[in-house]
Amino acid sequence: MDTESTYSGYSYYSGRSRGSHRHGERSRDRHKSRSKDSRSEKSVTINTPPAEPLLGDTAVRGEQVQDDNWGETTTAVTGTSEHSLSQEDIVRITKDLEDSVGLDCRRYFTRTLAIILGLLVFLTPLAFLVLPHILWPDKLQSCGTACEGLFISVAFKLLILLLAVWALFFRPARAGLPRVYVFRALLAVLVLLFVISYWLFYGVRILDSQDENYQGIVQYAVSLVDALLFIHYLAIVLLELRQLQPCYSVCVTRSTDGETRHYNLGQLSIQRAALAIIEHYYCDFPVHNPALLSASKSRAAKHLAGLKVYNVDGPGNNAAAGIAHSQSRAMIAAAARRRDTSHNELYYEEAEHERRVRKRRARLVVAVEEAFTHIKRMQEEEQKKAPGDVMDPREAAQAIFPSMARALQKYLRTTKQQHCHSMESIQQHLAFCITNNMTPKAFLESYLTPGPTVQYSRDFWRARQWTLISEASVTNGLKDGTIFLLKCVDFSLVVTSKKIPYIQMSEEYIDPKSHKFVLRLQSETSV
Amino acid sequence: MSFVPGQPVTAVVERIEIQKLRQGENLILGFSIGGGIDQDPGQNPFSEDKSDKGIYVTRISPKGPADLAGLKIGDKIMQVNGWDMTMVTHDQAHKKLTKKKEDVVRLLVTRKSLEEAVKQSKGSYPKH
Repeated sequence: MDTESTYSGYSYYSGRSRGSHRHGERSRDRHKSRSKDSRSEKSVTINTPPAEPLLGDTAVRGEQVQDDNWGETTTAVTGTSEHSLSQEDIVRITKDLEDSVGLDCRRYFTRTLAIILGLLVFLTPLAFLVLPHILWPDKLQSCGTACEGLFISVAFKLLILLLAVWALFFRPARAGLPRVYVFRALLAVLVLLFVISYWLFYGVRILDSQDENYQGIVQYAVSLVDALLFIHYLAIVLLELRQLQPCYSVCVTRSTDGETRHYNLGQLSIQRAALAIIEHYYCDFPVHNPALLSASKSRAAKHLAGLKVYNVDGPGNNAAAGIAHSQSRAMIAAAARRRDTSHNELYYEEAEHERRVRKRRARLVVAVEEAFTHIKRMQEEEQKKAPGDVMDPREAAQAIFPSMARALQKYLRTTKQQHCHSMESIQQHLAFCITNNMTPKAFLESYLTPGPTVQYSRDFWRARQWTLISEASVTNGLKDGTIFLLKCVDFSLVVTSKKIPYIQMSEEYIDPKSHKFVLRLQSETSV
Repeated sequence: MSFVPGQPVTAVVERIEIQKLRQGENLILGFSIGGGIDQDPGQNPFSEDKSDKGIYVTRISPKGPADLAGLKIGDKIMQVNGWDMTMVTHDQAHKKLTKKKEDVVRLLVTRKSLEEAVKQSKGSYPKH
């Protein structure tokens, strides 16, 4: 079920734009990608199949084929050891991928291709116009007024084409996708074929025969530029307009804590849909807090730890699969029969935690409000105060921070958010709030509710490397019932898509004069 | 036949007993009622006092059970099988008349001609 797309090793990236004269941008991007710290841009990569399995299933099975004393000396399998193994695995693999040089080569390859194509496209009409003057100037007819008018039109159309290409393609790349962006590749091939066919025609009919009708040559160049503008129109429609109309409703769920959001997407390929979803994820989903999940993990461990399963028949008698099957069934049956009071503990624990959080929150709000009363904005007429008393926002923040620091720290500890906010960031935020005349409540807002991932500092973003796992090929379009996974180091996002139904609407005409009313007569019922 | 709030209602009534007729799976009485405390009393063509919200007989099917029992159009129904009909909604009156388990309804109805008949009979007997 979890087949991962592995073709990208042999296909070239075409996440880059095609266009010309991008030297400035190129050097900027080279600077970015050369840095080993790839945290400045996201990339979607392929997860190469790891050498060891992600979950330690076979490890568990392997232990069963051991001596009889094994069952007595070990406790049951807990959940945490499997987790730590798989996370280390993935982190190791992603580190390897980051260090690989192959990625950069592919990106430069596509970029150079795009630049060559762009130069070819722009210089071709100019070449068509200039070559006759160079090769057979004496035979050439002089250019009349109509012909010179066509020069102006060629110039302006080329300018418009240049601006349009700049607007559409000269945008900083948002991500590196695993496979070729199919539409762009098709368009590039189309343009190439087109230009080649024009050159063929030009070479055979005009260069070889040394045509003297210069006006005809100029008109030929104008037709080329017109056709290029139409191809650009096609590019806009295919690349930008087609996916605007919403067609599918996708449901995105985070695997660790179940946060779910729904988005509307148009007709996109799976990789582009994944990219759109990741961008929405950074803006909409509250930040992932692994500290909040430890409670359920410990409960799960307690469920398993309460039972010990002994294999009395000895290993090797049944097949490995049979042993695992009967073991799990025995465990499930035993767990069902056992009188479980863990729900009681959960209820009281949660009530207690809720009470504690609210108490700490009340203390925090009071402390912050009191702290904010200690400073006030200096008015213009108070300029006569000694310069030692006058503070800029950062100093003011540092002055009032100690009085609320303890309450804030305790609150963050209770809600397990202390690793999201560093002392420095809190002081910066405080200075920011003071500068903008914000109330204590506004200052506290970012600590009371977990915000979207984008709002936290860069090093907290953690996951920059996303892996797209899908059964269908990632260049296929989204369809009804498509399911794929976006995995990053800590968690994964499960995405399912559903088609928005076709709506059949009919009309009904109401004549405005038909709104008439009468008083209700006594109703008469027969018995 | 109007009433003064707080004072008991007095009227001369006639006792009418109607046997329900089975028609298909329904039991019918053969007349229609109108009125009720949730209806507009001003629309009642049969009442003397246009603020009277009682239940009136508005139509009688000819040769039906009600016709044969002597019910007249314009009668005001005061009681049905002991249930009061002077302060009920239209639906409640309908329900009391169409109970499936009862084969016979005993109505107490009043009409203007009854009052006059009593007055006449009173007047014709000199008091001594």
